[in-house]
Amino acid sequence: MGNYYGKGTINFDNAPSVHSYASAVGPKEGQGPLADYFDYIGEEAALGEKSWEMAEVILQKSAFRSALEKGQLAETDISFIFAGDLLNQCTCSSYGIRDFDIPFIGLFGACSTMAESLALASVFVESGLAQNAAAMTSSHFCSAERQFRMPVNYGGQRTPASQWTATAAGCVVVAPRKAPPYVRAATFGKVTDMGVKDVNNMGGAMAGAAYETISTHLANTQQSINDFDMILTGDLGKVGSGLLIDLFKRDSVDIARVHADCGLMLYKISEQDVHAGASGCGCSASVLCGYILKRISEGKLKNVLFTATGALMSPTMSQQGESIPAVAHAVHISAE
Amino acid sequence: MKITNQEYNEMLKASSPNTKLHMTLPKAFIIGGFICVIGEVFLKLYERYGAGRETAAMLTSITLIAVSAILTGFKLYDKIAKHAGAGTIVPITGFANAVVAPALEFKTEGFILGVGAKMFIIAGPVIVYGIAASVFYGLIYYISGTVPV
Repeated sequence: MGNYYGKGTINFDNAPSVHSYASAVGPKEGQGPLADYFDYIGEEAALGEKSWEMAEVILQKSAFRSALEKGQLAETDISFIFAGDLLNQCTCSSYGIRDFDIPFIGLFGACSTMAESLALASVFVESGLAQNAAAMTSSHFCSAERQFRMPVNYGGQRTPASQWTATAAGCVVVAPRKAPPYVRAATFGKVTDMGVKDVNNMGGAMAGAAYETISTHLANTQQSINDFDMILTGDLGKVGSGLLIDLFKRDSVDIARVHADCGLMLYKISEQDVHAGASGCGCSASVLCGYILKRISEGKLKNVLFTATGALMSPTMSQQGESIPAVAHAVHISAE
Repeated sequence: MKITNQEYNEMLKASSPNTKLHMTLPKAFIIGGFICVIGEVFLKLYERYGAGRETAAMLTSITLIAVSAILTGFKLYDKIAKHAGAGTIVPITGFANAVVAPALEFKTEGFILGVGAKMFIIAGPVIVYGIAASVFYGLIYYISGTVPV
C-alpha cells in the first residue's frame, strides 16, 4: 500500500508496472519527428468521420484497443478506466468508452489528464482495488478550436506565443508489479493561478503550476533533479519551458539540464507552423505512450518525472475577465 | 522561491515573443491592397459591360463575397489570411469568410441549431454595432441636416 507524504505526494511501495501502452495520432503528428513511434496514424484530420468529435473518439478507441492488444489483455481484464479530454462533458472519453463494458471514471484536468489518470490508475492498482486499470486521454485540433476558439476555416492569425492542439490520444494500462516501466510516486498538483489572462499563451499560464508541482514532488520525496534523467513537462511549449527554467533559476536549480517538454517534441517546430509548440491532452499522452515509455522499457531512460500541465481555461470565465488557473500532476516513472 | 503574480507576469512578458510587425504589416498591406485591386478590376469590367456606377459597385461586392465564400469552402481563405492578417479581415471578403467559416463548421449540428444559429457568431457583433452606429449617425444627420465627418 502506498504512503502518503502529505501535500499531494503518494509513494508507491509496490511500484505498479506500466503493463502496456499505445498511442494514436492525426496526420500532422504523423509527419513529426516521433512518427515512427506511434501505433496508429490517421490519413486525414476527420479520420473518415462526420464530425471532429467523432474523429477524436476514434483516436481514443484506437489507442485503447492497441494498448489491450499489445498487453495481450481482454476487455474484461480491465477493472477501471480513467479517462478525460478537453471537451465539455468529457465527450470524447465517454463516447470512446461507451462500446466497452468497463467501469468508467471520467476526469477533467485539461492537458494534465494523462498524468492525472495515470496517477489514479496507479493508486487503484497499488492498493489492490484494481487488477488492471487503464488511463487514457485525447485531444483533437479541430474539436478544441471550435469549442475554445474560432471555426477552423476562419481567417484569423495565431499569435507567436500560441500553441497547436495535438490531434492525438494515448492509453496506458497499469498492472501489479512485474516488469518495467514502474510507477514509483505521484504528486497531485494544486490549482495555481499566476494571473495570466492571455488565452493565446497557454504555456505562460501553466509554467507556474509546473514549477509548483515539480518543486513539491522533489521536496516531499527528498529528491533533487539529479535523481532524474528527464523531467518531462506536458505542453509548456517554447514560452512556458523558458519560464519554467527561469523559475528554477531563482532557486539556483539548473533544470534545463534534464528538462524536456512534450510540446517541443511532437512537431518539427520550425517547419510545421505550430508557433510555440504543441498542446492539448493528446500531446503529452502521445509523446509518453509513443516515445517515452518505450525508451524507459528499453532502459535508455531510467527515471522520468512526467509532469503533465493543464490550463484550466474556461472561455466563459475568460470573457468575464478572469485569469486562467492551471494545474500540473507529476508521475515518477522508472526503469528500476 | 515564492513569486508574486506581478513578478511572474513581468517574466512572462519578457519571454513571450511579439508579433514581427516588420513582416506582418507589409504583407497585410500588399495582400489587402491586391484584394482592392481585384475589386477595381471587377468594377471597371462591370462598367465596361454597361452597368451604371452603383450597379457595378454592388456587383463587385457580390463577386468578392462569392469568391471569398468559395475560397473558404475550399479551405484556402484561412491559408491566405494566415499571411495577410488584417489584409484579409478588413475587406468585404473577410466579412464573408467570418460568416461562411462558422456556417461550414457547425453544419454537423444541423441546419437550424448549427448553421442557422451559429452563422453570425463572429460577424454578429459587427452587424449589431454597425447598425447601431448607422442609426446614431442617421439621428445626427436628421437633427443637424449635415453628415458629420
